[in-house]
Amino acid sequence: MGTETSDIIDILAGIEPGSSLDGIRARRLQARENAQKSYLALFEPVEFGDVAAAERYAVAAFVAGIHGEPAATGFYLAELAKAADKLAWADALKAEIDRGRTEGPYGAFPVGPLSVEDKAGLIYRVGADGQRALGARLAAVLEHAHVLVFRPRDASPAAVQALLDAGWSTTAIVTLSQLVAFLSFQVRAVAGLRTLGASLGHQANAAAKAS
Amino acid sequence: MTDSIIVHDNKNEPVVFTQDELGWLPWLEPFPEADLTERHWAGLVDKSRAKSDYFRLLVRDPEILEARTKTDKDIFYNTADGLPRAERELAAAATSRYNGCIYCASVHARFATVHSKRRDDVQRLLDKGVGTDLGARWNAIVRASVALAATPIAFGEQHVAELRSVGLDDAEIVDVINSAAFFNWANRLMLSLGEPTKGSDA
Repeated sequence: MGTETSDIIDILAGIEPGSSLDGIRARRLQARENAQKSYLALFEPVEFGDVAAAERYAVAAFVAGIHGEPAATGFYLAELAKAADKLAWADALKAEIDRGRTEGPYGAFPVGPLSVEDKAGLIYRVGADGQRALGARLAAVLEHAHVLVFRPRDASPAAVQALLDAGWSTTAIVTLSQLVAFLSFQVRAVAGLRTLGASLGHQANAAAKAS
Repeated sequence: MTDSIIVHDNKNEPVVFTQDELGWLPWLEPFPEADLTERHWAGLVDKSRAKSDYFRLLVRDPEILEARTKTDKDIFYNTADGLPRAERELAAAATSRYNGCIYCASVHARFATVHSKRRDDVQRLLDKGVGTDLGARWNAIVRASVALAATPIAFGEQHVAELRSVGLDDAEIVDVINSAAFFNWANRLMLSLGEPTKGSDA
């Protein structure tokens, strides 16, 4: 490994400086740099405003966890541990990730011709232990995050109202929506690049054997 | 806290996927245009976006909006040595169709049509869904996008192999990954903060 990278997508996808994928990503430099700036804007913002650092990492760990992405989940749990002394949160998040795992997307379309495509699935609620450990405020975000990850077409004004009722401001809801939506992008960029990288490795190995 | 949701009597909610121009109604109060500061203008990137309720809602957190917008623009508009714009828009439209974002699908289906001139194929994707046959190259891009949109993520080496078999090189495959992954971000913003409506502009 050459120079250290601090690019989170590269780190999570295992892209080494100087590798073929590193070169390809460099050709979309503004996208690469702004994906990283997006991460920084969400997790190391100018001002945390109404969403604390620990809350941001906790939601991110949950979102990565319910996607079944262990590297990203571990990364955000480690950042949570650095940001705050929240051992009880980490345990509760792991339990809630197990309770929340399912397969998506599912949910309902507006009533009409698309209704034949409606698909039922888990309506996730944070468990009693999770509510106690995480508090109602954070629990409300996890429930909303689960809707966004698995059944985004079920999002509704009532779901936004539930966040307001839990004490979140309009601006905080915008930040939290960005955070969950960004994570949904980040884990997919990572998974896609990691898969492509692995296939390049296999190709290189096959070529080495053939020659 | 005096914050509250906005409830719309939306009689014109679209109930099918369409290439028509749609409007978008926010569920939370957009930031007032008259109060925008320099920090907000930087977040909007394009001045014209101050007219959009969607962007004025997102600009409540300016830094993430700015970075998101610049990521978006490079993934879709920077076509140097890479996948044609039409196929990036196809990946965005297929992702939106699969996740169920009628608004996002309308915008990017329209762009896919403009850049590919294959309006009927694009419409079939909207009408029949992501399993419809669009020819080998488009099928490969749609399948890869859908696999990436699934949770847990179902994108595997078979999708890379299929994209290679229809002629995409590694850089073009990265463009598919970026375009499709990005729409999992966009879909969740549009779907969770407001609703589409027929006719008026967002």
